[in-house]
Parts: sequence; structure tokens; C-alpha cells
Amino acid sequence: MEPILDVQGLDKSFGSVVAAADISVAVARDEIVGIIGANGAGKTTFVNMVTGYIKPSRGAIRFGGRDITGLPPRSIINAGISRSFQVPQLFATVTAFDNVLIALGIAQDGRFPVWRPLRRADLVELTTQILERFGIAGHRHQLAGKVSQGVRKLIDIAMATVHRPQLLLLDEPTSGVSVEEKFAIMDVVVAALREQKVTILFVEHDMEIVARFATRLLAFYEGTIVADDVPQRVIADPQVRRYIIGERYRHGAHA
Amino acid sequence: MSSDRTIAGLCVVAVALAVAGFFVPAWMVFIGVISLAKGLVVLGLMVLWRTGLVSFGQSLYYALGAYAVGLAHLYWGLTDAFVGVLLGVAVAGFGSFVIGFLLARYRDLFFAMLSLAFAMILYGVLVKSEALGSTDGFVISVPTFAGYAPGADTAQAVLLAFTAAVVLASAYLIDRYQKSTAGHLTTAIRDNEIRVEYLGFSVRQAIHVKYVLAGILGGAGGALVAMAVGHIDPDMAYWTTAGEFVFVAILSGTASVAAPFFGSIIFEVLRSYAMQYAAHVWHMVLGVALLLIIMFLPDGLWSLFRKRARAH
Amino acid sequence: MLTFVAIGVDGLVYASWLFLVAVGLTLVLGVMRVLNVAHGSFYSFGAYAAAWGVGIYFTHGWPDAGGYFVVAGAAIVVGVVLGLLIERGLLRWLYDRDEVVIVLVTYAVLLILEDSVLLIWGTDPYFAYQPSALLGNTDIAGLPFPNYNLMLIALAVLTGGILWWVLNHTHRGKFLQAVIHDREMSVFLGINVARLFTITFVIGAILGALGGAVTAPVISVSPGIGVEVIVLAFAVVVIGGMGSIAGAIIGSLLVGLAHAAAVHLLPSVELFVIYGVMTLVLAFRPRGLFGPAQLRRI
Repeated sequence: MEPILDVQGLDKSFGSVVAAADISVAVARDEIVGIIGANGAGKTTFVNMVTGYIKPSRGAIRFGGRDITGLPPRSIINAGISRSFQVPQLFATVTAFDNVLIALGIAQDGRFPVWRPLRRADLVELTTQILERFGIAGHRHQLAGKVSQGVRKLIDIAMATVHRPQLLLLDEPTSGVSVEEKFAIMDVVVAALREQKVTILFVEHDMEIVARFATRLLAFYEGTIVADDVPQRVIADPQVRRYIIGERYRHGAHA
Repeated sequence: MSSDRTIAGLCVVAVALAVAGFFVPAWMVFIGVISLAKGLVVLGLMVLWRTGLVSFGQSLYYALGAYAVGLAHLYWGLTDAFVGVLLGVAVAGFGSFVIGFLLARYRDLFFAMLSLAFAMILYGVLVKSEALGSTDGFVISVPTFAGYAPGADTAQAVLLAFTAAVVLASAYLIDRYQKSTAGHLTTAIRDNEIRVEYLGFSVRQAIHVKYVLAGILGGAGGALVAMAVGHIDPDMAYWTTAGEFVFVAILSGTASVAAPFFGSIIFEVLRSYAMQYAAHVWHMVLGVALLLIIMFLPDGLWSLFRKRARAH
Repeated sequence: MLTFVAIGVDGLVYASWLFLVAVGLTLVLGVMRVLNVAHGSFYSFGAYAAAWGVGIYFTHGWPDAGGYFVVAGAAIVVGVVLGLLIERGLLRWLYDRDEVVIVLVTYAVLLILEDSVLLIWGTDPYFAYQPSALLGNTDIAGLPFPNYNLMLIALAVLTGGILWWVLNHTHRGKFLQAVIHDREMSVFLGINVARLFTITFVIGAILGALGGAVTAPVISVSPGIGVEVIVLAFAVVVIGGMGSIAGAIIGSLLVGLAHAAAVHLLPSVELFVIYGVMTLVLAFRPRGLFGPAQLRRI
């Protein structure tokens, strides 16, 4: 079966700083791939390259067989890949409902959406469904700039699904969120995405989350992938323990 | 605020104005036409304003519209109002389409300064053009309407009715635009451009479209003013003319598509009184009024005054 | 051949004039993120004050050299008075607002000040030719050039040099650079940003007024000169990059030479050659020649 995402030999340097060196990975459909690594290891750079925010210095990215290397974010989205952000990128002066509604309007109304009203029955209905699927329907009338971080993350991710992507990259979906909410958010998100048959890549610092939700784990260190396997084996990998998660880490050691 | 009622209200007012034009004194009819026509330019400004873009150069399209009508008259003897407006719209639309490629890349201060610069380029060209009368400009004759040539005493009133119709059509179209997805993109772009791109929409294209809309409205306004005044000169392109449009936009606020026209009427009435009694301090009055509005009445300016949400 | 000499010298003169007019604007813009439209009024007030002062001075038959002090004095007085009035009286309440709102505020100030000029000095033009005429001419390649214009070049070079040295080689200059890069952080580092802003704005005002004051002896000082000048200053600032002194220097040179070339070779484009240069520069460097760098946002 052809991998849905096939990355070959990605390099990226910013001047003399090497952010990525020879990154290669093939992701199959329906995988849930976790990405771990210290800050500055190249995780976000990787996500940025796959989603078109940065152009790689070298290498190729293929999505569903098609070469998408260096395409701008717009084209990437329209090809079927989407992403959420480490710091949620929302329309802060507008309600949670409208954030998703606008996203839907963009997805459905074509290149010159100047005539049909945005606030029409079918889009409103769809928006409500999406908000319910992500468990944030109760916040629909609150301004996106005023809700809690957890809700912001969910709005951010909900907006990313509006285009019905086949592949979704989540950049630290639970960062900045309280410990109680972390699992709740991931439960909701993964369930919602599985329902739509979306392949997931997520960057994460919390090993418990990674161990629970990922079917496969990539460990980044100084711009390269040092481990690529099922979570249990990656967590036990000596290099990973040395450089990323700490020698003393034991899965399930804290509540 | 229900904009269906706004459009209905505008309908009533437009018809009322059109009819009243035949019964009120000439100077009132004149102010009516001028303020409605200039209100069109301000409506265009408003489309850009809600995206956080202030154009200090709408006088460019205003002048292009006026000179399109003027040149058509000079070289082809054209007097028809319908053709005149269409011509003004076409020329201004083409200009804004071309310039939009450059301008849509910019925001904030750069956008404002660049738009100003282009208006000044046109000004420079017009002033240096002997064929167009240089700084004196030139005169055109009374407009006709699809073959109908009104008598001297009803010409302005007919033009007022015509202008009111153009205003009504424009207000309706812009209102539909603002209710559509593209219209909501104004707020979205202003809040978070990156997100818009990541939803698959080109911010640059969205702004380009808005800029062309503003240009078209500016051209229509300029064409109508040219026909009302009967005289065209380079000052129409000067940046202080653009500044006046900005002032009226601030005065009117962005709450509804009818606002620019009310603001424009107030402005023109005030200006005619000021010119009669206090011509030497008109600008000072404007300046003080502008300061007061900015400091104490941000209602009309709320969409611009919000501190930009920074993505840290 | 002679044309090249003429273009070269005229270009340098025009560039110097542009630089003097624009440098105050770009300084304030870079340090305070304020695009001061009223900078045009500093220019016109400086011109009127200088012309008026020189006129009075020379009717008294005092020594000729004093005329230059009058010009300089006019610039300083105008700069300090107007600068303090505007910064302390108005702008300091508005620094947290959107930068376009501040533009509108300074535009309002320009409107007020331009009518103030009419109220103070009337609508008749002023002439103050003495400081310029007294210096005579120099021959370069057989063409006569007013020494006053050549002095303008020296003044521009001096001003640019002093500013560059202050910015790069003094403590205060380093503080200014810190504020340019990150205002909030500078406050946390203990830099008195409020005082720095006042001083910078007043210096910008003095420079603007100086531009007008030294121009007064070679033009007829009349209403509207401030409004004409501000757009040229904008263009130079855009070309050079907002807040960059080096950019203002190079931008002025580019425009000055292009303008002189137009005057001598293709007069019909004279009025807007500056905007042509600007469009060309922006096509290759969208932020101007030395514009601020873009930061990564996600």
C-alpha cells in the first residue's frame, strides 16, 4: 500500500543553523504517529516544511503519490493536508461559532465567494455539528480570544478539519493545557478524527499522551530522526532516553 | 442591526431624494449629488477599512473616473451618463486591478503610504499634461441620459435621481458582498492572516479583490462628480482629496453600507457653510474634529482601534 | 558632458535637500513607530519662521553672517516648541494605539498647523533671499552653481554623519537602537523610554524645521509647501526603509539623481520620478532598501 506521506532526505538550514538533516519517513494511512524531541530538535520545522510554511533546502515530500515539496500552505490545504498550531491561530475578535463557520465558508464557497451569504442554513447546521463533535458547542457564542486555552486548542483543531483533510498534523495539541484537560482533549480529538478517517501526526512533549495514543513514535534530536518504532520500544531506546526523555523516565511512574 | 432594513431604508431615502430633487433649490440638489457621489468613494474605502487597510490614495480612482468621462467628452463628444459611469468604472477598475498586484502585498503604514504615492503619480502626470489643461483642468457639458437631454433647470435633478439609483445599486451589492464569505474575510484577515492561508484561501487575492472594489466605487464617484460639477482638474487626484475621503470614512464609521452617505452629506453641508464663513480655518476645523472623534468617539472607528492580536 | 556635471551637482543638491527633509521623519518612525504627517508642518513653520526672521534681521542692517544664525535659530525654536507641544501634549497619550490611528492623529495636526500658518503669516509669499544671495556662485566645469546649494550638501553630510555617529557610537544611540528593536524590553532594561521619545521627537522636529529653514532663502515661502513636501519625505522613507538613516541617505541620493536627470533630460516626468524610483525599489525589496526584517510567526 502506498504511504500517504512519503518524506525523503529533507534538509533545512537557516544560515549556519541546521534545523533538519536528512529526514526520511513514510507514513501509512490510519497511523497515529507521535513526534517527540527536545525544543529546537526540528519537530516544528518538520511540520512547517510538510505544511508549506517553510521550503526545505533539499529533499522531497510526496503526499498520496503527488510531489508537494515547496508548495505554499494554500495548495497544501487544498491537496488534503491540514495542521493545527502550537499557539492556536484563531480569529480572536469573533465567536467560536464564527471561527468554524468562516472556515467552512472558505472550504465550500470556491475562489470568489462574494455572493452567497455565509450565514445560511446548511453551513450553520454543519458548524453546529462540528462544534458538538469536538465538545465545544457550549462555548459557541464566546469570543475566541476570551476562552480558555483548552477550548482554543479545540477550536484550532476543529477549524483544521473543516476541509476534510486526509492527513492532519497537530503541533503540540495539549501544550499549555491543564493536566486534567490533556487526556480529555486528546480523547475528543482522536475520536473525532478517526471518525473521519484522518491520518494523524502529532508533536507532543508529554510521554503519557504519546504512549496512550500513538501507534508509532518518531524521536527527533538535533534535526535528525534517531528512533522510529512503536512507542514502547522508542521509549526504551537508550539514545532516546539519553537525549530526550531522561534516563530516569518510567512509563506510568506518575499519576 | 438588520441590514435588510438598511437596504429597504436606503431605498426609501433614495426615491425620496430623487423626487425631492425637482422641488428643492438648486444648491441643495447640487450638494445632494456631490455628497452621494463622494459617498460612493467612501463606501469603497470602507470595504478596505474593515480589513484594517486605510487607503490614502482613493483620489487616484476618483480622478481616473472623472478624467475618463472628461476625455470621452473631449475626444468623442460623449455626454451620456450611463456610458460615462461605466467608462469611469472600467478605467478605475483596470487601474486598481493593475496596481492591486503591488499593493495587495502591503499592510498598515506601507499600504497607506504607497496608495498615496500612486495618487500623486497621477497628479504629476495630469499637472504636466498641457493637452488636459494642466492645473486648470477643463470643462465638460451637461450629461444626457440614454438620449434624453434634460433642460437646464432640471438637469441636476435628473442627475440626482440617476446618482441615487447608482448609490442604491452599489449599496446593495456591497451589502451582499459583506454578508458573503469574502465579506467575512475582512475580519478574518485582520485578525489572523496566517490562519486564512492555512484554511486554503489566498489573502493576497482577497485583498486584491477588495482593492478593485474600492477602485471601481471610486471611479463611479469621480465620474458622477465630473458630470455634476462640469469641470475636471488635477486636484481631484491630490492626496489631500484622498485625505478628505478618509475623514468622511472616520466620521461615518463602518457599521452599515448607508453610513458613508450620511457622513458624506454631513461633511459637504458643513464644508459649504465653512467655505462661506470661515474659509481660512476650514482645515483647522477638520483637524480638530478629527482629533476629537479619534479621542472620544471611537464608535465609528472601533474596527480600526482594536489592538492587533499578536501571535506570540 | 556638461549635462552630466549639471545632473551630478543638481542631483547632489536635491538629494541633500531631500535628506534633510526626510531624516527627521524616518528617525521618529524608526524609534517611535510614529509616522508623523505633521512633519510637513515642521518644514513649513521652519521656512516661515526663517523667512520672517531673516526679513526682520536684514532691515536692521546688522552683520550679514548673523543671517545664518537666524536661520538656524528659527529651526531650533520651531522644532523645540512644536515638538514639545505635540509630543507631550498629544502623542504621549496615544502610543498604545494602532499605528494607523496615530497617522490619522498626526494628519489632523497637519491640518490644524497648516491653517495656523495662514493665521500667523497670512497668504502672501515671503522672500528671504539674503543668506543665499550673499554666498555667490562657484564655477564647476564652466557652469555656475550657487554656493548656498553647495553648502546644503555639506550640511546634509554633516547632519547624516552626526546622526550616524550618535546612533552607533554613543550610549544614548545604543539605547535608541534597543528601543527600535523592542520597546517593551527596553523599558524592562531600565531605559527611560518616555524621555527618549520626547527627545527623539523634538530632534525630528528640529530636523524637519531645519529642512524648511534652509530652503526658505531659495524659494518663495507660501502656503502649501508643507503639504507638498510631506509626500516626498514619505517616498524617501519608504525607499530607504522605515527607520533607517543609511536608507534615507541612499534613498535621497537615488531620488536626487533621478530627479535631476529628469529635469535635464525628460522634464515631463519630473513631478513623479520619485514615485517611479519608489515603485522600482519596492519591486525588488518590498520593505525598502534597509527595511526591518520579518520575524517568524509560527
